[in-house]
Parts: sequence; C-alpha cells; structure tokens
Amino acid sequence: MSQLIDIAALEDIPPQGARVVRTPQGCVAVFRTADDRVFALDDRCPHKGGPLSEGIVHGTSVTCPLHNWVFDMATGQAQGADSGAVATHAVRVEGGRILLDASVIRRVA
Amino acid sequence: MTRKLVVIGAGMASGRMLEHLFDQAPGQWDVTLFNAEPRGNYNRLMLSPVLSGDKTYAQIVTHDSDWYLAQGVTCRFGEAVVGIDREAQIVHGARGPVEYDALVIATGSAPFIIPLPGHKLPGVVAYRDLEDTNAMIEASRPGATAVVIGGGLLGLEAAAGMAARGAEVTVIHLMGHLMERQLDPAAGYLLQRDLEKRGIRIHCKGATKAILGTDRVEAVLLEDGTTYPADLVCMAVGIRPETRLANDAGLEVARGITVDDQMRTSDPAIFALGECVEHDGQLFGLVAPLYDQAKVLAATLAGTPAAFMPLQTATKLKVTGCDLFSAGDFAEGPGREDIVFRDPGRGIYKRLILEGDRLIGAVMYGDTADGPWFFDKIRSGADITADRDTLIFGPAFAGGAQADPLAAVAALPPEAEICGCNGVCKGTIVTAIQGGAATLDAVRGLTKASASCGTCTGLVEQVMALTLGDGFAANANPPMCKCTDHTHEDVRRLIKSMGLKSIPAVMQDLGWKTVGGCASCRPALNYYLIADWPLDYRDDRQSRFVNERNHANIQKDGTYSVVPRMWGGVTTSAELRAIADAADRYAVPMIKVTGGQRIDLLGVRKEDLPAIWSDFNQAGMVSGHAYAKGLRTVKTCVGTDFCRFGTQDSTGLGIRLEKLLWGSWTPAKVKLGVSGCPRNCAEATCKDIGVVCVDSGFQISVAGAAGMDVRETEPLLTVDTEDEVCEVIAAFVQLYREQARYLHRIYKWVDKVGLDWAREQVADPATRAGLIERFRLSQTIYQTDPWAEHAARPDEWAPVADLRLRAAE
Repeated sequence: MSQLIDIAALEDIPPQGARVVRTPQGCVAVFRTADDRVFALDDRCPHKGGPLSEGIVHGTSVTCPLHNWVFDMATGQAQGADSGAVATHAVRVEGGRILLDASVIRRVA
Repeated sequence: MTRKLVVIGAGMASGRMLEHLFDQAPGQWDVTLFNAEPRGNYNRLMLSPVLSGDKTYAQIVTHDSDWYLAQGVTCRFGEAVVGIDREAQIVHGARGPVEYDALVIATGSAPFIIPLPGHKLPGVVAYRDLEDTNAMIEASRPGATAVVIGGGLLGLEAAAGMAARGAEVTVIHLMGHLMERQLDPAAGYLLQRDLEKRGIRIHCKGATKAILGTDRVEAVLLEDGTTYPADLVCMAVGIRPETRLANDAGLEVARGITVDDQMRTSDPAIFALGECVEHDGQLFGLVAPLYDQAKVLAATLAGTPAAFMPLQTATKLKVTGCDLFSAGDFAEGPGREDIVFRDPGRGIYKRLILEGDRLIGAVMYGDTADGPWFFDKIRSGADITADRDTLIFGPAFAGGAQADPLAAVAALPPEAEICGCNGVCKGTIVTAIQGGAATLDAVRGLTKASASCGTCTGLVEQVMALTLGDGFAANANPPMCKCTDHTHEDVRRLIKSMGLKSIPAVMQDLGWKTVGGCASCRPALNYYLIADWPLDYRDDRQSRFVNERNHANIQKDGTYSVVPRMWGGVTTSAELRAIADAADRYAVPMIKVTGGQRIDLLGVRKEDLPAIWSDFNQAGMVSGHAYAKGLRTVKTCVGTDFCRFGTQDSTGLGIRLEKLLWGSWTPAKVKLGVSGCPRNCAEATCKDIGVVCVDSGFQISVAGAAGMDVRETEPLLTVDTEDEVCEVIAAFVQLYREQARYLHRIYKWVDKVGLDWAREQVADPATRAGLIERFRLSQTIYQTDPWAEHAARPDEWAPVADLRLRAAE
C-alpha cells in the first residue's frame, strides 16, 4: 500500500456489518468481520449491481442482498456456482483507525 | 572495570534481567534500582490467586529487598524518578541524582481508565497492583456486589476471584463475546456458560454510560438503561505503556518506547524492556516475551551478542475450572481454513486454523490437554499436510473417530422433551423402541411422539437411529443448510429442549460445522431465538436480511421504498399531506398504491431513511413493516358504515386486528383481509388469514396465498364476536410462530401439520389461552416502532466518509 487515507474508527462499523465510503469512482463498502478484520470492496455486485454493503457478513464472505451471490471478501471472487469478481481495495486497521488505500481517489485517467 | 547501571522499575522484566546479568557478568555492573512502589519485585501474574485466596502475597514475592542487598544493588524504593539528563548521563531521583553509563527503563504499563462520569469515586479500582488486589479482597465479603468493566483476561480473573470470596459479581463487556482477542464466539460462549454456572452475571454488548454514587460508588449505569448495584467497580479495560519518563527525555516513542533487537532505545546508552516498549510495531503484555527480552538485554549488557525475536504466545485463563487455550492467529482470512470439532455433550470446542500447509492458530475450550502439542506445531511451522485429517484429535489419535451428527441428540438426558405437543420425553421413546417399536409409525402409536404437529419427526428418527443403530433408515429430510446436519424442525425443538438462548449457543451445542454460520441459517436462528425467548434473547441486527435491518424495502438500484402503516387501509387528509410533504422533501421519484391498500414511496436514498422516518413519526405514523417477515397489512372493505351489503364493521375489525398483530416477527410474511360480506371485496379468501363477515358472525379461514402459489383459504372456525375473532387469530399466529420453519408461509406450514391439528389447538380453550398469553408477552417486547428507535441515530445510515472532495484537492 502506498498512500493511506484515514476513513473512520473501527467502532464506526458494527461487527459483521459494513459502511460505505463515497469515492469519485463510486462507492466502496468497508466490512468488519466478527473478529475485527476489515475488507474493502466495490459496493456493486457484478451480477446486477446490488449494494454488497447491505449483505449478511459470515466469516470472511458476504452475501449480496439482491440475489444471494456470495463473495470472498479477501479475493473478491464469487463463490460456488456463480462466476465473477468484485474489485477489492487494500485496507487495514491501525490504532483503532481504518486506513484505506488512497488509490480509490485517484482520478480516472 | 565496574560501570554504573541504573534501572528504573522493579517489575517482573527487570527482576529477571538482573538475575541473568548477575549470572553472566558478576561484578561488571554497579546497579542502582528505582521503584515507585515501596517494595521489591513480586509476580504480578500471581495476583489472581492472591485475590481468590489461593495464595498469599508473601508466596508471590520473587525478589525482595534482601535479595537485591545480597546482589549489591542500591535500592531506591518508594522514590520517584523526576527526570533523565541524557547529555550528562544522570538520572534525577526525588532524593538526588545518580550517574549512569547505561540506563534501563522498565516502567511497565498503567491501567487504562475510561474517563466515565464517576470514575474518580472511591471504590473504583483498576486491577494492576497489590493495592488494587487488597481493595478488591476487602470489598468481596459475602453479600457485597461488584461490577467488573471489561471481559478480557484480567477482568475475568478479577471477577472469578471476587466471586470465589463470596461477592455477587457482574461483568460488563463491550464486545459480543468474552475475551474476543483470544477466543472466537463459540469458545467465548462456553466460557460465559461456565462463569455463569459459578454465579457470575455476564452482560455482553454492554456499553457503560456512568458510574453512579455520591460519596462512593453505588452502581453502574449502561447505555441501554440497565443498572447494576456495585459496592466496588473494577475497571479492567486495558493497559497503556508507561512512557512519560522516556517522552520527557526526548527518546523516540511510538505507542511504547521504540527499541531495536538489542532492546536499545534511540539513545545508545539507554535501554528499555517490558510492557513499556514497542518492538517492530508490537506491544507486549504476556510474560513469555518479556522474559525473552530480559535475557537479550542481560546478554547485551554483558557484552554477548543477542537479539530479541518475538515468538507466538499462548494464553490461558487462571480461573479454576475454566479450561481454555488460545495460541497464534485465530482470525479468519484469505487462504485460511478451519478445522472445527465440537462435542456438545461434554462442552468441548476445538478449532485449528490452517494457512497453506501450516498450522497458524488454535482455540480450544473444555479440553486443552493437547494445547502445548498444537502450540509447538504453530511455533515450529511444521508441514501438517500428512496429518491433516486426524490433526484435530491431537497426538493421542488412535483410529478413525469421526464427529457424530447424532451427538446432540445422544447427549440429551432421558427426561428431555422430544415431542412438545404430547409431552413425550426421550426416555419414553427409547423404552418404546427397546420394547419392539421398529418403525416411526410404531413409535407414534405407542408413545404419541410426532403424532400431532410432526415437527419433531426428525428428532424421533434420530433417537431411533441411536437406539437401533444400522437397523434404522431415517426419512430423507434435508438439513437446514450446509452448516449443520439438523433440519429446521430439529433445530427448533432442540433450541427449546436444551434451553439455547444465543446464536453461538445453538452453533456450539448443536455441533455447527462452520465457524459462524451463513446467510441462510443466521436469519433463521435469529428468528427462532426471538420467537422462543422473547424476554431473554436480544435481536442480532447483523443476522437480519437488509429489508428488516433497514426497515425499508431494498429496490434493484439500491434505493428503498418506504410504506407508512395505514391501519386497515384508512387514512386522513393530515396523513396524506404528511406523505405528500415527505415525497417532496426527499424527491421521491414514484408514489404508488400497494396491493395491500397502503401508499408506497419508491426510490428513497438510504441516508434519507432516518429523516423520512422521523417526519412520519411526527405525523403520528409508524413503520409499515412492508418488508418484514411479520404482519404486513390487513386489507379491508368499507363494511356497514357505507356499504349497502355490509353485515359487520369490517373496517373497524381490520384496524383492530392490525393494531393487535403489528410488530410481531413471524417465520414468513403474514397478510390478512377482512371482508364485510360474502362478496369479498377485500379478497380475504386468498390471504394467509381471512375473515368474511356474515349476518350470523365471522368466518375465519386460513392458509391462502396469492404469490408463486395461488391458494384459496380453508375454513378454520366460525365465531360470534369480534373479540373471539381477535383471540382465535392471535392464537393461530402464535402457533405458527412457535412451530413453522423459517420462510415457510402459513399455507406451507398448514400443509405439513394438517389443518385439523391446528384447528384443535386454537379451538381448545386452555391451549388457546396459553398461545394468546405467549403472544401478548412477546408483543410487550416487540410491538415497538423500529423507525422511532433508529431515527435518533441518523449518522449510522450515511456513508462513513466522502472522499470525492479529497480527490478534487
């Protein structure tokens, strides 16, 4: 990770929940697992554009609320019979703050 | 030649360091030791046994004044260090300066105190030193009350110690389960159960708001309004490196004092070790790495090359009877796999975390005998590919034991109730089978088990399989999801008969095969627990589907539709005005009348939800639950008020039914219709429950549908009065709430249990009364407007950050 942006406190996201970060290229969903790990994915299911931030988080996977596609949050890969992937972004927690890779605000070339 | 060494702090790390130093380089250093506490060194880890009364202070002293004297150490106990002059290499004590050639800072850490209102009241203590321990011992006389804030390692040891001395102890923990840094939810649940068995009250997800009292502490108040009386409050929420001296001296300090592999700070003449240091971004609270640091620093001071390499550490809780072990990294993550073993009967849980061909973490509860063996595998990074299948059984593995899907049923005692309808317990069924009943029908005939509603059929079959062994082949009823071998019906029965009251409890005691379930079983379990334990269980929002979590209906583009409740389909000009105003204010793209006689505002953005709810609340409207697995609408016609054919007040009855039933969660959505005459303008006969008013009374019919299946309702009962209509319907809905599997509409459930059986239940006066009573009890908790509750916290609904402007800069 090159540059990092402090976006929020870990406590701002409920365990097994998500919050959204607006970026110039659309929303990014930042997830918190039951064991306090964070993942950042584009907030659009590649299937029909469902907001993944509203899905149910289980383990390190999230289930899209529109049609139940399941994605591995670490790789962005769809699980099971579905194929497709959602973009992931580097993110980490330091001192209780969530730091997101600054490339999400780079302008589209 | 003797050189001058000054050590600040007489804790466990510095004591161990000096021991090594005097061994390796006797006479090389002339040592002066400062300690703020007026005593030498004791084993802080052993304060828990002192608190619980298993040991005395004298037994835990490791280095007293005599020991230091014998080693020729100049002790300046009880004297604070006021400053370090690095230029002149002098430490200034309160009673005078000392020169040094080398300085060791071992100031340890200070407990973190949350600055809550009341935190300075007498009776609020941390759990750090002998004084705190003595204060807790004093306050732990039988009958006294104590509250521990913090359910981590230290907090639980404090709680167990005080409870052992007779105090009534409550632990408040902010997170969802105990010791979340060391344990996953399943192990945390087992720990909580054990602690509760010894009388300690545990309150997880509890945020402390204030400590109450006038002259001294009297009680603790939580954010949710709960109050616990307390003669003593122990705050055990964490520790912070004590870095003030290092900071003042201008040493490099991050969270702790920064040191290199030789424990040297940014000043080459100054070293640091213990809980006050930060090495490679890491802080240290457990004793094993501290002792490693002591060894490295002693060698460095003795002139021998050595380097500190932090190793994995393992955790054990020093509470007798709570057997837990955690080592390495047990988080889930990319490329990581779990091996889970649960033995519900014996309360055992083991979980291994693999990454590639290596074991990287282990969490165990109940049986930790193999802990060191696993710990060794984690530390050595051994390739476990060859042993993978049998790894979880540990070193003593002797042959293909397999986790048994029947274990939960096998563990039930003979008096456990299997069939709720007929009150048949496991022992009765076993006796019948042993007496010759070899088929399900034979068991039904002899015991009546599974002969009524049939939801316990799976369990009866499992008891048969356990008793008859291979001689019995059960019907194929698919399990709930890939996380378990149990069917929905079995899970519901076992939740009741085993008294399971949380999602981790169900997963542990029913032997779930995954760590945290999936998007299919979690909403179902959340519903079952809400329906079965309305008073004890707390709703888990993160296990709810988006529509119920956000109290609005998600649309294909991620916006929501909002449907305020219009009781019985009746509205007023004032409500219509409020709806129109809201539509303007939030730029609602479409306003539509629904099939259930309500007004739907489509295209509302998520961040506007709390504001639009608040507007409707102020206009006197509540959530329509248009999204819910619960009561949706009661459709009505105008009835006697205006219609020339109407026989009863169907509108009024519809409003009454909606006000009775709204807010109750059900296995699937529930829609009602009330028609004022057999012309049936409210289309009551294709609803889940329909009422058709006739001259002689009210015909109640159930199990209709107008969705994927189109079904006409079937007659349930005909009654004389509106009061009876309400009673029968409340009882029928409660029966459905208690019996049906999640996502089954009423017609599917009735198909399974039979309408005759359901009718018998609601027709029998005693059974009906019981159902109504349980329904009313649940409504006292759940008939609340979710909009009012969440509109107060609008920030949680907006994006957590907006980086669009940042990009433009």
